[in-house]
Amino acid sequence: MAEPTGGTTRPTTWRRFTPLQATLRALAQLSVGALAAVMLARLGISWEYVADAPWQITDLLGRMLPPEWAAGPALVGPLIQTINIATLGTALAIALSLPVAFLAALNTTLNRATYALARLVMVVSRSVDTLIWALIFIIVVGPGSLAGVLAVAVRSIGFVSKLLAEGIEEIDAGQVEAVAATGASRWQVLLYAIVPQVRPVFAGVVIYRWDINIRESTVLGLVGAGGIGFALNEAILGLEWSRVGMVLTIVLAVVIASEAGSAWLRRRLT
Amino acid sequence: MSARPWRPPSIWPRPWLGPLAWTLLAAFLAWNALSLDVNPERIARGLGRLGAVLASAVPPDFGRLGLLASGVLESVEIATLATLLGVLVGVPVAVLAARNVVPLPVYGAGRSTITLARTFHELIIAILFVKAVGFGPLAGVLTLIVNGLGSFSKLLAEEIERIDRGPIEALRATGASRGQILIFGVLPQVLPRVIGLTIYKWDINLRQSTIIGIVGAGGIGATLYNAFSRYDYDFALAILLVIVAIVLAGEAVSAVARRHVQ
Repeated sequence: MAEPTGGTTRPTTWRRFTPLQATLRALAQLSVGALAAVMLARLGISWEYVADAPWQITDLLGRMLPPEWAAGPALVGPLIQTINIATLGTALAIALSLPVAFLAALNTTLNRATYALARLVMVVSRSVDTLIWALIFIIVVGPGSLAGVLAVAVRSIGFVSKLLAEGIEEIDAGQVEAVAATGASRWQVLLYAIVPQVRPVFAGVVIYRWDINIRESTVLGLVGAGGIGFALNEAILGLEWSRVGMVLTIVLAVVIASEAGSAWLRRRLT
Repeated sequence: MSARPWRPPSIWPRPWLGPLAWTLLAAFLAWNALSLDVNPERIARGLGRLGAVLASAVPPDFGRLGLLASGVLESVEIATLATLLGVLVGVPVAVLAARNVVPLPVYGAGRSTITLARTFHELIIAILFVKAVGFGPLAGVLTLIVNGLGSFSKLLAEEIERIDRGPIEALRATGASRGQILIFGVLPQVLPRVIGLTIYKWDINLRQSTIIGIVGAGGIGATLYNAFSRYDYDFALAILLVIVAIVLAGEAVSAVARRHVQ
């Protein structure tokens, strides 16, 4: 065989992309940049505000710090209310999620229709934010904690029952069969074969959701659904920035404490 | 000596602790529930109002299509812009909060930034930005960028902490600087996750962009809030249905895109 003479010259330097790939990549990057530019232009941002923003933010922080510590005692009540809303909402969510979860798990659902219904409940619950649920419940039950509790509960159904249904689908079928083989009824199978297997998952999901709900409850008051958000709104409307700083400090402490506490509990339980 | 009957293993160190804890929790919940002041009369009144609201909300009113479309478009734009800019801010912060690539004091600062951004609900951040830069979508974009530091950067930092040490050591052996190690050793390893997390964050941004309008930070939320406060329930229902549609569409798009990338 003769050596090929002339012909194509092989590239002497390594390139990661062929010219075509490089062009396509450049085009893609350019179009993302252009998209961002178009959207930025469309939002109609006034740039003098942007230029002023760092100063404004520094000024705001300066007004909030140091926090008005003396406002602390008056905020204990709203704080407890916030925790109550989150806890009661989570408790109500558990009660509402249990049937939904069992109907949304392929191995425990009754039939196709119940499965579809449970999935629909989950989707509706999850795709509407807690605050929007709060707006809806305020219309129904009036402003206050009750609207907050209902909003937290309804919003949590989707999350809790989705994760719980996944836990139910992952159980060991052997134990279910064994209990069923003893002549157990449907309810006995549920109680003695399925429930014990999903209990750790369930505890973990509930504690996790409680933690999320604490954070959500801190803003419910902004739309009138009770808790510390109400105090926050009042302080902001009254331009009492050092009091705002105090509320935010409390929110920070509570959210961090609940996160640490729920992480500890979940490690112990699951 | 008779053996004690078998008991299932328990999480409680003492057998009486379980019942005690449950009793306390039940008492707490009962006290809570009672303080809500729910009574049959109030429930009946609420149900009556619910009926009236539903009657005026159905059928949803899609008549003001222009208002609806511009609000939705603004929400999508806020979410997308905040995602693009958020990645530019979020990746450096993630690097600063990864224990294996930065010195301890820097790590501390990075971690604190993430914790602070994570703690506050997006609505609280939005209020502060509205006060700082005025009403409008700019406050919304800034809010979602800051919020991204708490989710996107946190997950990415954890990802960076899990990278393979081999390539880093190899680069260091060639005499590469810290910056070069970062660009050629660390970032290539987490790039697929950056893309996945970016899509995930876009999905979250889309959800959040529909509510930050409640405090004036732009998007469809303001339209919804106004409809509610004007007792304009049929328009509110239309907005609500559109929000659900966007959220579900965003979820579907992000699920498909993430499967495609990973």
